[in-house]
Amino acid sequence: MSIAKRNSRLSAIAGALATLAAVPARADWSLLNMPRGVSELSREIYDMHMIMLWICLAIAILTFGAMAVAMIRFRKSRGAVADTRMLHNARLEAAWTIVPVVILIGMAIPSVEKLIKIEDTTGSQLTIKVTGYQWQWHYEYLDSGVAFFSRLARSSDRARQLGSGIDPNTVDNYLLDVDHPLVVPTGTKIRVLLTANDVIHAWWVPAFGMKRDAIPGFINEMWIAVDKDKPGTYRGQCAELCGADHGFMPIVVIAKPKAEFQAWLAQQKAAQS
Amino acid sequence: MAAAEHARDPGQYYFPHGSRLPFYGSVSLFVLMAGAAATLNGAGAGAWVLGLGFVMLCVLFFLWFGTVIHENQAGLYNEQVDRSFRMGMMWFIFSEVMFFAAFFAALFYARQLSVPWLGGEGEKAVTGLLWPDFDAGWPTNGPGALSPRDDGSYEIIPAFGLPAVNTALLLTSGLTITIAHHAMKMGHRGMLKIFLALTFLLGFTFLGVQAREYGHAYHELGLQLGTGIYGSTFFMLTGFHGLHVTVGAIMLVVIWLRCLKGHFTPRQHFAFEAVAWYWHFVDVVWLGLFIFVYWL
Amino acid sequence: MSTAYGSGTAGHVAHHGERPRGLGRWLTTTNHKDIGTMYLVFSLTMFFVGGTLALLIRAELFQPGLQLFNPGFFNQLTTVHALVMVFGAVMPATVGLANWMIPLQIGAADMALPRMNLFSFWLLFFAFVLLISSLFMPGGAPAAGWTLYPPLVLQSGSAFPMAVFSIHLMGASSIMGAINVIVTIINMRAPGMTLLKMPLFTWSWLITAYLLIAVMPVFAGGVTMLLTDYFFKTSFFNAAGGGDPVLFQHVFWFFGHPEVYIMILPAFGIVSEIIPTFSRKPIFGYEAMVYAIASIAFLSFIVWAHHMFTVGMPLAGQLFFTLSTMLIAVPTGVKIFNWTATMWRGSLSFEPPMLFALSFLFLFTIGGFSGLMLAIAPADFQYHDTYFVVAHFHYVLVPGAVFAIMGGVYYWLPKWTGHRYDMELAKWHFWLTTIFVNVLFFPQHFLGLAGMPRRIPDYATQFADWNMVSSIGAFGFGLSQLLFVWLIVKCARGGAPATAGVWDWPHGLEWTVPSPAPYHTFEKAPELK
Ligand code: HEA
Ligand code: HEA
Ligand code: CUA
Ligand SMILES: [Cu+2]
Repeated sequence: MSIAKRNSRLSAIAGALATLAAVPARADWSLLNMPRGVSELSREIYDMHMIMLWICLAIAILTFGAMAVAMIRFRKSRGAVADTRMLHNARLEAAWTIVPVVILIGMAIPSVEKLIKIEDTTGSQLTIKVTGYQWQWHYEYLDSGVAFFSRLARSSDRARQLGSGIDPNTVDNYLLDVDHPLVVPTGTKIRVLLTANDVIHAWWVPAFGMKRDAIPGFINEMWIAVDKDKPGTYRGQCAELCGADHGFMPIVVIAKPKAEFQAWLAQQKAAQS
Repeated sequence: MAAAEHARDPGQYYFPHGSRLPFYGSVSLFVLMAGAAATLNGAGAGAWVLGLGFVMLCVLFFLWFGTVIHENQAGLYNEQVDRSFRMGMMWFIFSEVMFFAAFFAALFYARQLSVPWLGGEGEKAVTGLLWPDFDAGWPTNGPGALSPRDDGSYEIIPAFGLPAVNTALLLTSGLTITIAHHAMKMGHRGMLKIFLALTFLLGFTFLGVQAREYGHAYHELGLQLGTGIYGSTFFMLTGFHGLHVTVGAIMLVVIWLRCLKGHFTPRQHFAFEAVAWYWHFVDVVWLGLFIFVYWL
Repeated sequence: MSTAYGSGTAGHVAHHGERPRGLGRWLTTTNHKDIGTMYLVFSLTMFFVGGTLALLIRAELFQPGLQLFNPGFFNQLTTVHALVMVFGAVMPATVGLANWMIPLQIGAADMALPRMNLFSFWLLFFAFVLLISSLFMPGGAPAAGWTLYPPLVLQSGSAFPMAVFSIHLMGASSIMGAINVIVTIINMRAPGMTLLKMPLFTWSWLITAYLLIAVMPVFAGGVTMLLTDYFFKTSFFNAAGGGDPVLFQHVFWFFGHPEVYIMILPAFGIVSEIIPTFSRKPIFGYEAMVYAIASIAFLSFIVWAHHMFTVGMPLAGQLFFTLSTMLIAVPTGVKIFNWTATMWRGSLSFEPPMLFALSFLFLFTIGGFSGLMLAIAPADFQYHDTYFVVAHFHYVLVPGAVFAIMGGVYYWLPKWTGHRYDMELAKWHFWLTTIFVNVLFFPQHFLGLAGMPRRIPDYATQFADWNMVSSIGAFGFGLSQLLFVWLIVKCARGGAPATAGVWDWPHGLEWTVPSPAPYHTFEKAPELK
């Protein structure tokens, strides 16, 4: 038995070392957690996520702590004798039913508030219709009629072929680059109408916090608003399995200050007519 | 197989020791399913395999129920076995209820949610932008006006024609089988045979009427499986129901034949009751159909 | 394992000379122990089949770029991996345990409907023949994920009807199996074995069986609608005809959510057997444990749309499903706390079954926590369809359901074979499995939060490191399972004889019969005090 124990300890240590060694050297916080994002909604969602994470962590410490104490203190090998009278305890059991309920109510309240806000698409200043195709996106600015398709950039497309021999690390924004990015104004509540032409897709840019399905024959709504002071390029991917090239229909959004956006839109309009 | 060989305490639960039927039955269903898949995929031999599977399945039922009847007649089943069978049948019927529930759910979902949304009403009213010409309502074959007719039109079967007749037929059959059951319990075997026969005759008449109705719908009304969501829910619900009536009626015939042979006693007639329960279940489903598919 | 029966039970075999030998035995047996064994062997085989597919997935995901497969084939791997693991490995394993143990635990001589029992098994077998052969059809196996969402699944090739029919067969098999379990438990208990005296494993299966009967037919109906949409022009899932693709998702998850509890409730039952044995004291709060299982089962019917927060459900729906889903944490918490309280002031020893049960306790809870996070609709808008979800469900399924099953095998194996097994080897298996399962699945939380979608064969380069770690974990985990098989084979072949009680503190009827359990047990109902 003692050899058995030593061996299992040894194997535990060996395993732990292997785990540590496997942790990549260039660990980076942004590769571990959800991004805070660049919009009001994304921060609300991030906060919700962190609240949940901390609550779960706290409960985990308590529960796992109790288990660990039991495992250490009540070992037979240390002479522990079972107290077989301990079969139930109404008060204790009531406590660990009611306390979780209270915690859950505490979680539910902010999530309901946030949900209501997320679903409120009223008061938008711009409407963009997004249509999913196998395998590209189509964008249409409903108010101005500007419309175009957006698909995986050629450089990524070449590298992603089976056995292409091209090292993905040499491709800029591998799989996250498109030929025609969507352009949006910052500081504007934008209503996005989502639909699809063939199968279900889902439009998702993590920095905006929102993901929603694009369903053929139906229209879903959502809204996004990029912070005024956060112009930039934001990337995302199709997030609903849509066939062979589901992994290859990225989304790229360039957020520009309002004036620049208007100029861009006017230019597009001229070019398309 | 060898069960009867060793001496048994008659009060003991009967466990069959070994049987070839389950394996054979699984092979039959496998052949049936593989044949059906091949047929649907348009493989030439598919239909033959499908047919073979069907024949094998019929043989299975024949052998399996034959064995059970034989064991029963040999007095191998005590009351506890009888209880097992009863519970088994009840839960089987419950599973059938859930199967129909899926199709009823589809019907309610379409009527309450998807069709209004497509017509620009309700919470997802924006969907209406995609289908500007579509007016939600029921019955409907959808914004695409799917129908075998070129103009996209179709007609439906009014509730108070043949369907009402069919309702009457099935309800009556529910009555006749109850009478037959009482007759069985009282030991009036003549009544039993007559009312049981009446029951399945009503069942087959129902099927005949439904077949006519289907023919009419397919050839004259433009109402087919492909007639949008109305056609889909209509034919799937009534079709699966019809299938169950067919099976139920065949079972009634079998039970009737067994009555003719003098099986069953006023106290022990589980097979009869099982079929009666099944028949009542089919009856109740029809009422739901009549109300939600034909009438409302 | 078949050879194991021979020696110790000569008396019984002679008495029941009707047991055929060779292959014929397995084709015709109606004995619950034989059928249980067949289910377990089938399940282990399928675990390796599904695991091999998983390893192919992990091999492709080892580094960015496509090295091994076309994207279409990758999707087939994912789909078949999940179907094989869920319907071929985990469910049959728990059915196998039910077959073996329920009659032993309630003092019944066999299952109530033995012929139907065998029918369930062989139907399952042929369902998988049909499913696996669909991999070799033109166009390959279905590639729309195990969730089979239309319209995508309607683009499948000739494998499509085969997959649908194989699901029908699995459904029929499960329903028959479930009916058998219910009838056995309700009708075959030894006198004095009242419902509230039943071991918790039996209880968990009783409730699981109700779930199965309620949801398998709904799934069958759903795939039937897919079939008619594909071949007979119906428009259940087609907007042009007035249908809605999302309707399928409702039907699927009305089945699919209870389905995940169908996999975990028997696991709860197993853990509730193991922990008292190795704490040397009865379970804490027995009745609460029963009510907790029942509440979880009830709640599982009203939470399904938490898988569909992004489909654009009406606000009221999202609120309802968020709140109802969160509630499940309460009864599950009761179970976790009662297990902990069972260990409290016990006398603990750490044999392999207990090790797996403890690992289950920790790791399943982690999976439960991530589940709770997913239940919050606003947060799920970020998590949905990312590797965070993949991490969640593998934590509840692998160190959850699968660990409990392995613990159960280690717990009852001496009872089945009559031999003690190699504890040393079992501990190696345990430690390697536990370490690698975390290396395999923990990094997937990070991947998901950082934005990696699921069901993709290739990914952006920032996800490379953690994917590599995860793949290394997968191969380590897979190789460790070879120890498990080796141990089982060794134990079935021979070893030191096991006593009837096997463990220090056996409790329950199954430990009153000799080891190996004779071919026929409790032909005379046992007496209960
Ligand atoms: C055995 C299988 C199993 C189990 C047990 C669970 C358990 C739970 N699951 Fe999981 N789930 C799956 C299998 C399972 N799941 C699968 C397979 C999928 C993905 C399917 C697919 O898309 O392919 C999925 C997906 C999934 C989603 C959808 C995610 C998405 O696609 O976006 C959600 C969302 O709500 C969810 C929630 C939950 C919750 C709340 C529980 C709860 O039951 C967990 C309860 C447990 C605890 C909470 C821990 C213990 C409790 C305590 C210690 C008490 C105190 C705690 C608190 C008060 C916080 N699951
Ligand atoms: C009970 C269910 C179950 C189980 C046990 C597992 C077990 C495993 N799963 Fe599974 N998985 C699912 C259910 C399950 N999974 C589901 C439902 C999905 C969703 C599918 C979908 O999106 O539609 C999924 C999806 C899924 C994905 C995501 C795929 C994608 O999104 O594209 C991945 C990726 O890593 C994965 C990996 C694994 C691994 C590595 C294991 C390992 O635990 C497997 C370990 C077992 C073995 C490895 C076999 C044993 C050993 C050998 C074969 C010996 C040979 C060994 C060597 C040569 C090394 N699974
Ligand atoms: Cu489009 Cu996935
Ligand atoms: Cu769920």
